[in-house]
Amino acid sequence: MERFLQYVLAGLSAGSLYALVALGLVLIYRSTRVLNFAHADMATVGTFIAFSVITSGLPFWMAFTLAIVAGAVIAVVFYFGALVPAQRKGANHLGQVILTLGLALILQGLTVYKWGAEPDRFPFPLSDTKVWKLGPVFVSELSLGTLAAAAAASLVLYLITQKTRLGLAMRATSENLQAAQTLGIPTRGVLAFAWGVAAALAVVAGVFLAPVLLLDPFFMLDAMFKGLAAAVLGGLNSLPGAVLGGLILGVAESLGGAYVSLEFKTSLAFILIVVVLLARPEGLLGKEFQERV
Amino acid sequence: MDLVETYREELRFARKPLGRTLLILLLVALALLPWWGPRAWLSRASMVWLLAIGVIGQNLLIGYSGLISFGQAGFLAIGAYTFGHLRIAGVPFSMALASAGAMAGLAGWLVGFPSLRLKGPYLAIATLGFGTAVYQIFANVEWLSGGRTGLSIPALQPPLGLSRDVWVYLVYYGIFLLFTGAGYNLISSYVGRAFVAVRDSDIAAESMGVNLSRYKLLAFAVSSFYTGVSGALMAQYLGHLEPQAFNISESMNFFVAVIVGGIASIEGSVFGAAFVVLVPALFGSLRWAVPVLFGVAILSVLIFEPLGLAGMWLKTRLYFRLWPFR
Repeated sequence: MERFLQYVLAGLSAGSLYALVALGLVLIYRSTRVLNFAHADMATVGTFIAFSVITSGLPFWMAFTLAIVAGAVIAVVFYFGALVPAQRKGANHLGQVILTLGLALILQGLTVYKWGAEPDRFPFPLSDTKVWKLGPVFVSELSLGTLAAAAAASLVLYLITQKTRLGLAMRATSENLQAAQTLGIPTRGVLAFAWGVAAALAVVAGVFLAPVLLLDPFFMLDAMFKGLAAAVLGGLNSLPGAVLGGLILGVAESLGGAYVSLEFKTSLAFILIVVVLLARPEGLLGKEFQERV
Repeated sequence: MDLVETYREELRFARKPLGRTLLILLLVALALLPWWGPRAWLSRASMVWLLAIGVIGQNLLIGYSGLISFGQAGFLAIGAYTFGHLRIAGVPFSMALASAGAMAGLAGWLVGFPSLRLKGPYLAIATLGFGTAVYQIFANVEWLSGGRTGLSIPALQPPLGLSRDVWVYLVYYGIFLLFTGAGYNLISSYVGRAFVAVRDSDIAAESMGVNLSRYKLLAFAVSSFYTGVSGALMAQYLGHLEPQAFNISESMNFFVAVIVGGIASIEGSVFGAAFVVLVPALFGSLRWAVPVLFGVAILSVLIFEPLGLAGMWLKTRLYFRLWPFR
């Protein structure tokens, strides 16, 4: 039983990172109907910027803030510089998804160019080895910090989308773009804001993931695919669904790896998702936008 | 582009005598490439032919049927390993190739089932899961992947005193022509039109009497058959198989090729395949530059020329048609 709880806790900690990634993906999908394949690479660039700032001797909080801002700026620039012109050219949804794939490749190449492909250790104030005993289970400082950060970020996002006027505008824009425009909501700005927040969430996930893994240009890729799977599992246009999906995926993966097969850990998670999708094609909490002929 | 008066005319491949002559000249020139081109081009061109088959397959799926698949590397791996094991068991080349395609086609048919219920991004995740699962199976099951040393595939024996790379080139070129011709025929048939109808609006297609499940499954099966054959040819080309060759970035390559070449265009697929082979070959020394160039190519295609290289080719042809008078 203790072992079980331990695995669940490990899964929750990993799952909260997936949830952060998934939240960003859902935020973007909900507002622009685009599946953002550059999510991992935005986070990677942000994390590398944090790495550079820390190694240049500045304090951690400064690096963290700078990284978040950098990620958001990349997303907003991409939105105005590539997505909007492509939409003007009449690019369909698939085309826009592929645009993000292009951005992913560009960022990937530039990261390798700037920081090299060799893995680095990411200096982080919370330690992975310092362990606390909570009842029957052990928890490391880092996974506790990860859980706290994910909870805080989700809370902030919840407050923004549900309690502010800006959040109301975001929900209106995602509900019906034309109607929102008619009512005088500056939809471009709102959508750009959604992209920026999403990228910021991804950078938070990246910064907390980097000390667990080593920092290299591809370290976020796996987490992004898991986040994508979590988002789909929870329903691609439901923010609570993203959190739920992330946590379920993390726990399922951890338990699957512990009790079934370690090598097929990732596949097990994907099989779970395919099964859920076959039963509920719109994800657990999702309600897909209706299509008209 | 032209005024087409009859259905027979619509089906005709090159409509004007000049176009037909030029096309035949080009095809003959490419067939004779080993005798006039530099040696280094030969293996690159073989790579283009084998990749083009897979890209046509991917384009049939994405471009014509509107179904997204991120699992192409999985079909590629299934084709490659089926081919490899059969070749090692002593099965002749053509039979091994056909079975590789059939095996991948079967897998594609099975993967197609989720596509009956899932759409867009959801389907992308399901196929991504398939690609990951296949990769992990080949990476972890030793008797399939040949363990640590990988799988070595016996080389082709050239007849008539040809050198080996010339023979490989000719065989690949022949298979490429076969599959390209089949692709053109498929898309101008009832099946191709059904694919396009499903892509444009599946509800409308269904109400016009297109059997959705049949054509979605068929699209997956045909596309993965092409990809499987491409994987088999890749196995023969590399001569040595390791699971690492079939990870997610291989699926991305196919994606880049389809988009840059031109979505929903067979000749575009060939241009795209040439692009993803030739760009790394030209910038081989700068490893970081290749993804940047791919990305920039994707962005500029989608912003400036949504039909990709095929669209540019079409515009060039239109320009030269009225050439001295404009």
